[in-house]
Amino acid sequence: MATTEEIRADLADIVNEVAGVDADDVQLDKSFVDDLDVDSLSMVEVVVAAEEKFGVTIPDDEVKNLKTVGDAVAFIERSQG
Amino acid sequence: MPSTRVVVTGLGATSPVGGDVASTWQALLAGTSGIGYLDDEWVDTLPVRIGGRVAVDPSEVLERVKARRWDRSTQFAMVAADQAWADAGLEGSGLEPERLGVALASGIGGVTTLLANYDTLLEKGARRVSPLAVPMLMPNAPAANVSLAYGARAAVHAPTSACASGNEAIAMAIDLIRLGRADVVLAGGTEAAIHPLPMAAFANMMALSKTASSDDGRDPASVSRPWDVARDGFVLGEGGAVLVLESEEHARARGATIYAEVRGAGISNDAHDIAQPDPEGRGGTRAIKMALREGDVDPATVVHVNAHATSTPKGDIAEGLMLHAVLGEHVDRCVVTSTKSMTGHLLGGAGALEAVATVKALHDRVSPPTINLDDKDPEVDLDIPTSKRDLPEGDIVALNNSFGFGGANVAVAFGSV
Repeated sequence: MATTEEIRADLADIVNEVAGVDADDVQLDKSFVDDLDVDSLSMVEVVVAAEEKFGVTIPDDEVKNLKTVGDAVAFIERSQG
Repeated sequence: MPSTRVVVTGLGATSPVGGDVASTWQALLAGTSGIGYLDDEWVDTLPVRIGGRVAVDPSEVLERVKARRWDRSTQFAMVAADQAWADAGLEGSGLEPERLGVALASGIGGVTTLLANYDTLLEKGARRVSPLAVPMLMPNAPAANVSLAYGARAAVHAPTSACASGNEAIAMAIDLIRLGRADVVLAGGTEAAIHPLPMAAFANMMALSKTASSDDGRDPASVSRPWDVARDGFVLGEGGAVLVLESEEHARARGATIYAEVRGAGISNDAHDIAQPDPEGRGGTRAIKMALREGDVDPATVVHVNAHATSTPKGDIAEGLMLHAVLGEHVDRCVVTSTKSMTGHLLGGAGALEAVATVKALHDRVSPPTINLDDKDPEVDLDIPTSKRDLPEGDIVALNNSFGFGGANVAVAFGSV
């Protein structure tokens, strides 16, 4: 099982690749839209890359609930559980 | 003669021989080829293994995060547009967005994005297909992204006429300004089609040369040889070019540097064959005549032609017939070049890159050479220097010709200033 920090770090790499955000800025309390400027199409790319990386499925209906990095990490942890 | 005069005030290019206009122009004058063996891993599966990759990859110039949202063809267009915009001194010029247009073409659109996403669909499933695939691969993506970058809110066009697309975009830009629909238009073409599918298709239709792709001991740089008896097809190149076209009134009011004046443009179609040129070049002749008539050009002043001449057996001969038909006895005074001998064929980017070369030739009064012309086809009676040649002083006119699958013929005449 990956730790919360490991998931956050891997997710940060994905956000960096897709949106160019400095990986160190991708912290649990940050909002994808308001803090990291990840737009809706980029968010779809992040979700798809995260599904591949973490071996989980993130339904379209769930994406709107993933407002912060912490929301996404928690969802991935639950799905992997 | 149209009342609104159109001038060229900015140039940009990224090509197989240089990452900008200055380096591209120096390489062309020096007769430097940009053709070599491709190093892509898929190339061993193909009958053609050579091509003209850009000299400077756009990843070295563009912001990574922006570039990953652009097909490679759009990346070339952005590199060229950024250069042209800066060259024209338009930044901070107060140009109203509603008076800025774009006419930027490609021959076959975002083909590498389309095919990469199809590979993903087959290998990983529908969920993995990029949500950006459509806005990246659509044929108007280069034009639309340039309009976004510069806030162009007049017409934004992406005309397509295969290998005539870049020149057609320039002709369209001229019309936009003459009709009063824009004061300034970023015009040009781009292509990024070095991918196994289009290369296999062009090879199978006998359009691409297979020379130097087997162990025949030939140099890839020698394969693009317009008008030479040993020519046997074109070499695929990639890249893009953008010109800033502007109403003369607007350019003079802001004190812009003017490289050349547009004298006229002509567009026609062969309606002869989907891929072969009319062997007598009748459609091309009409397009060139139209361009000269529009600008009230005396054929005696036409001293330079940047020919379409792609190094195919039939097309190169047909173009010679056109020039004879249009210029008559004056063809002897006309210095003809095919820069494709050095860059390969950029398809939808060709007409734009060659327009940049035509304008540079007029401005600097020197024609680039045609390389690899060791044994000129006796059916071609044109003055084609194999090293650079000075052009005369005085009022001179230069032509840029482009012809495309589907029968399209586009000629643009530029005049010295």
